[in-house]
Amino acid sequence: MLIFECPYCGVMAEETELTAGGEAHVKRFGPGSSDEDFETYLFHRENPKGVHFERWRHANGCGKWFLAARCTNTLEVFGTYPAQTTRPPEPILEAIRAKRPGFQWRDLA
Amino acid sequence: MKRYSAFAVAREALRDHTGWGRAWHKAQPKKRYDVIIVGAGGHGLATAYYLGKNFGITNVAILEKGWLGGGNTGRNTTIIRSNYLQDPSAAIYEKARGLYETLSQDLNYNVMFSPRGVMMLAQTEHEVRGYQRTAHANSLQGVETEFISPKQVKELCPIMNIDGPRYPVLGALWQPRGGTARHDAVAWGYARKCSEMGMDILQKCEVTGVRTEGGKVQGVETTLGPIDCDKLGLVVAGHSSVLAEQAGFRLPIESLALQALVSEPIKPCMDVVVMANTVHGYMSQSDKGEMVIGGGTDGFNNYTQRGSFHHIEETVRALIETFPMLSRLKMLRQWGGIVDMTGDRSPIISSTPVGGIFINCGWGTGGFKAIPGSGWAMAELMAKGHSPLAEDFGLNRFVEGRFIDESVAAGVAH
Ligand SMILES: Cc1cc2nc3c(=O)[nH]c(=O)nc-3n(C[C@H](O)[C@H](O)[C@H](O)COP(=O)(O)OP(=O)(O)OC[C@H]3O[C@@H](n4cnc5c(N)ncnc54)[C@H](O)[C@@H]3O)c2cc1C
Ligand SMILES: [Zn+2]
Repeated sequence: MLIFECPYCGVMAEETELTAGGEAHVKRFGPGSSDEDFETYLFHRENPKGVHFERWRHANGCGKWFLAARCTNTLEVFGTYPAQTTRPPEPILEAIRAKRPGFQWRDLA
Repeated sequence: MKRYSAFAVAREALRDHTGWGRAWHKAQPKKRYDVIIVGAGGHGLATAYYLGKNFGITNVAILEKGWLGGGNTGRNTTIIRSNYLQDPSAAIYEKARGLYETLSQDLNYNVMFSPRGVMMLAQTEHEVRGYQRTAHANSLQGVETEFISPKQVKELCPIMNIDGPRYPVLGALWQPRGGTARHDAVAWGYARKCSEMGMDILQKCEVTGVRTEGGKVQGVETTLGPIDCDKLGLVVAGHSSVLAEQAGFRLPIESLALQALVSEPIKPCMDVVVMANTVHGYMSQSDKGEMVIGGGTDGFNNYTQRGSFHHIEETVRALIETFPMLSRLKMLRQWGGIVDMTGDRSPIISSTPVGGIFINCGWGTGGFKAIPGSGWAMAELMAKGHSPLAEDFGLNRFVEGRFIDESVAAGVAH
């Protein structure tokens, strides 16, 4: 069972309190963008077997969206941070790199 | 390879079963093959089989990182049906269901196809209208389905409580020739025939890299060394994004965990397959007597092949209202598989941006039923460059906005 610390209310929330919201830091492309950018934005998602950055909502708690770094292969959680953050915070990246040398994720990590 | 028959069973009974021989030969990788298929699940093996059977291409290797049939093919709840909504889906799923009817004879291997009938319960007004629409679509597509009344549901499945307080049964979409088959046998039967045609099945052989040159495939790197090929078929379900990354392209796929469980074996009590999409549960009884139960997927990306307790609880809680007799059953085993989900809940059978590489994935929670049809189409695509059955399932549908939306028909995982 997954457990995340909600960065807003500080509660250690378990899976049934949370709703998963898919990939974090998705860059939006709208009308006027190239076909390729639009397709990527709508359909292509990172699907790593490893650490992933995701959106989660503390649905049965404070109700707020937050972001999290989690390994899809071990379910280890590397940290959570507020949804208003535009790139993964450096301390979380350091924690990941310490365990996964050479770690990369899109152009943000 | 020796034929399996009633006579062979009698003959072997007389000599302590010493003469059966291996179902497929143990192979060493050659330097080069015409075609390499990555993934010895049902879809990969069926692709190889129809490449040989329909197109005479037999210089083929099937590479498997674990053991043959150990992925989703050996982990699913084996429901076979073809009552989808859209025409391209009806075509490929009905092709597959039709091939299942005679698969045991074709493969000379008993896959235990049991067309016992599949019913999808309508438990809300919305579902009633949705399934009536599907029944109409199916009759236009030539797929035999029917919308039946609660009374007929009760007659077909007496253990069901049709007037549950929260989710009464308002009717069902009934496909009399849907059913189940033995999942392992499907993989083993195809594997045996592939081996008989001279193909190599290499187990414990993980593909770790894809070699390309000038936009064309050259071969693969594996844990058993490099192997060259002219054409490469990626048929790895939940690991499709990993292989696509090795080959240098992206897919509109996310991998999620889907789980199932079985009860202790009990006497026969239910001879149809029942799916209850509103409450996210479905059930059939295996020949051993176990109640085979499946539920929904996790909502997040996952490669762990495990499940989670709260999903089991949700599924079982929901089913008990409709099947009160389940409440005293003990559950025996639970397991998970990693399913490859697309946005429109339809598969991808397609060429790729890399020359010579083809991909078959995106079957998600419901690809066991499709194995023969998918292999048939994928083999045609790889041999001839196009396939009428596969045409609408190309990767370009995501660029062009031509979705094959089956999120309603696929509703629950199965
Ligand atoms: C719990 C559960 C219940 C289901 N119930 C149903 C159902 O009732 N009806 C239905 O129609 N469908 C059902 N499905 C879906 C169905 O199981 C799948 O769609 C189908 O089995 C996929 O087959 P496949 O051959 O594509 O994949 P798999 O059987 O998963 O085969 C892919 C193979 O590729 C191998 N592989 C991966 N990476 C590599 C690599 N790098 N190198 C070499 N090999 C590799 C894997 O080890 C695996 O054996 C269910 C799935 C699950 C998990
Ligand atoms: Zn909170």
